[in-house]
Formats: sequence, structure tokens, C-alpha cells
Amino acid sequence: MSDISPAEWTAILLSIRVAVVATLFATPLGIALAWLLARRDFWGKAALDALIHLPLVLPPVVTGYLLLLTFGRKGMVGAWLADNLGIVFAFRWTGAALACGVMSFPLLVRPIRLSIEAIDSRLEQAAGTLGASPWNVFFTVTLPLAAPGILAGMILGFAKALGEFGATITFVSNIPGETQTISSAIYALLQTPDGDAAALRLVIVSVIIAVIALVASEVFARHATRRLHGR
Amino acid sequence: MLTVDVTKQLGSFSLQVAFQSDSRVTGLFGASGSGKSSLINLIAGLLKPDRGRIVLDNIVLCDTETGVDVPPYRRRIGYVFQDARLFPHLDVAQNLDYGRRMNRLPRDAAHWQRIVGLLDIEQLQTRRPGQLSGGERQRVALGRALLSRPRLLLLDEPLGALDHDRKGEILPYLERLRDEENVPMVYVSHDPDEIRRLAGHVVLFKAGRVAGFGGIELLPSAAA
Repeated sequence: MSDISPAEWTAILLSIRVAVVATLFATPLGIALAWLLARRDFWGKAALDALIHLPLVLPPVVTGYLLLLTFGRKGMVGAWLADNLGIVFAFRWTGAALACGVMSFPLLVRPIRLSIEAIDSRLEQAAGTLGASPWNVFFTVTLPLAAPGILAGMILGFAKALGEFGATITFVSNIPGETQTISSAIYALLQTPDGDAAALRLVIVSVIIAVIALVASEVFARHATRRLHGR
Repeated sequence: MLTVDVTKQLGSFSLQVAFQSDSRVTGLFGASGSGKSSLINLIAGLLKPDRGRIVLDNIVLCDTETGVDVPPYRRRIGYVFQDARLFPHLDVAQNLDYGRRMNRLPRDAAHWQRIVGLLDIEQLQTRRPGQLSGGERQRVALGRALLSRPRLLLLDEPLGALDHDRKGEILPYLERLRDEENVPMVYVSHDPDEIRRLAGHVVLFKAGRVAGFGGIELLPSAAA
């Protein structure tokens, strides 16, 4: 493993950065939407639910292309963000993070939603009678009790973001050092005649990262579940 | 002084209740499904009346005519549920302290000691709800409600989930609360013996209506 080249390290670190940033940005939004879907009835709920799940069923290339149309330099949102806030997604690692965030979003939201649905709302009611405002109820009861689901969603989302390929390469291409993640590096290496060994090293690295993430989530989830059962 | 005059339609069940009580413990007595729990949910603000008003010590909690409706978390009404509803992710001490934190009240060690001593839950403080017996859980739930310094304490069949021996174990604590703490209580039960031991005033419920209001002599004499 010691002969991982600087270029390979770049791809590995970029992948991790992209996946971490995607997960960190997607999580608060995911929690908010999961809570809405779990606890509120509103007009357009089914449509919102479908929209969240869309990246799961659309071909990733389509999602990537839609991102390009929306967040590209000439896209409606992309042009506005670039002009007003100086945020550029197209062909940048931030775009890779956006693509990974969108693609992993359904996997992130689902466990969170299920865990919020599983919380006994009578506990939230009891918190209200003890003087907790809805905001405090959310932060002191709902959120801690949903922690195992939030963690599961984050790990699942992180794993998906780490492996995302189709939408990312369509949206931000495959630029070494900027948007070339482990997946797109492996893809590029497999296109070159003597890239097999390097590709295999990256495959091993991605397996190791995935296993570490899964073990970590298992450990956290056990701890959190124990807490939830009041022991 | 608690004044209630409300109507509420819940599916095919209609609740129409008016009474006034200044007793330390007002007992709501009636069969299951007669509307007792719905009424205290209305007092707590967990349910909204279709029409009417609820006034506690000259503070209007709810009045459909003037549009006043104080949300549950601002009513300062403690609620002890039949199923305790302790927070499973907090230990007993944190459960007890929850109401004080949420109401941003200053720490009051003397009050804490008095309540904890009165309910004999001193030695439980580091435990988790999952490690408590049913009776202990109910005592902690009582302490948690009292430590939020409520203006009124609602008790919805607090002994309903306990067997006969455990009931006998908790009742003396409730009597001490009544005699030593200055918090009026509304006590819901379908057990006339419990109400007889605790209540000054009794409201008899029958199918969503008040069938009688007065002293404990209204209660059926034989144990149910």
C-alpha cells in the first residue's frame, strides 16, 4: 500500500473531502425534511417526497445533466450564485460535493424519517407540558431520540457520496486534483493500458474506507440505541 | 380556582362540561371513555375546545370568544400521565430538572430536596428510566412535573398502570403532596377509593356530561 502515488492520494483525499462536505451540508436539510415528512401533513407532501427520491430512480447521468442545466455557469441558479455570491459549482470540487449530496440525499433522509416516525409523540407532548417550546422539544427530545437514525442516514449518505460516479462525472467532469474522485480515477485508470495496478490500489482503499465507515456506524448506533432504551 | 366551561366534539363523542372548583384536589370520576382524559387534555392545552373557556386563578388559558389560547408550554400546568412518559435518553436527575431548564427557572436546591425527599427518589437520581420499576417511574414523573413549578397539576389515572400493591405504595405520597405542597391538583380516576382518599371536590362524569358535582359522598360506596 505504501506505493500509492501522489495522484492517487489526491483522488482519495478529494473523495473524502467531497463526501464529508456533501454529508455535512445535506444532513441539516435532510433532518428538516425528514421531520416535515414524518410529523406534518401539508399540501404537496407526496410531491416533495417524490422529488427527494428522484435521484434514486433517475439514471445518474440524467441527474448530473439536470444539475449542469441548473447549477452550471449558464444555469438559472448557477449564474445567480456565481454573480451574487461568487459560488461556482461547474467543474469544481464543490460541484462534485453538490452532485454527491443530491445523489445521496434519499438514502440520508429515509432512515432519519423512519427514526422520527418511531419516536413516541407522547414524549414530545410531555415535554410541552413541562414548558418546552416546540423548538426546544425538537432539540431536547426529538433530535436526541432520532440520533441513531440520523447517524445511520449520515453513514449511508457518506458511503453513497464516496462512491458516486455518474452524476458527478456528468456535472463536473473528471479533472485530476479538482473533480477526480476515487471512482472517476478508477474509471480513468481502467481506460489506460497499464492502469490496472493503480486501479486495484484505489479499489482496496475504497473498500477500507467503506468498512471503517460501517464499523463506526455500528458502534455509534449500538451506543445510541442503548441510550434510547433508557439503560 | 379552576373554572371550566367547554364543549368539544371528538368523532361521535361529544364532551360538554362546566364546573368550578377551588379544592386542593378535584377528583374527576367516571367510567373509561366518559371524557375525563379529554377534559384534562383541554385544560393542559393538548386539545382545543370547539367552544368555551378555561380560567385558572384569574388567568384565562383559553377562551374561544376572545380568541385567547395559551399554548401548552406556556400554561405552567404539570401533567402526570398514566404511562409516566419519562425521557428515555435522560437519567432520572435530568428528567427531574427538565421542566426547570425549559422554563428558565433558577436552581432551587431547597425545593429540589423537598420534592425529592417527599417522593423518596433521592437514591434513583443516577438511574435511567429503563432501570426503574413502575411505581418508581410514577414517582419520578410526579417529581418531574412538580419541579417545573406548575400552577396546577393534572394527574391522569397515575396509578392506572400499577397493580394493587404498588397503588398502595404511591397513594401515601400523593396524600403528602396534597398536604405539604401548595399546588392544586386535578385527579382523574375510575377508582372511587383513590378519589375518596385524595379529593375534596368530585366531578362525576357520564358520557361526556357532568352528572354530579360536590363532595366525596357522590362516589359510589362499594369499591369498584
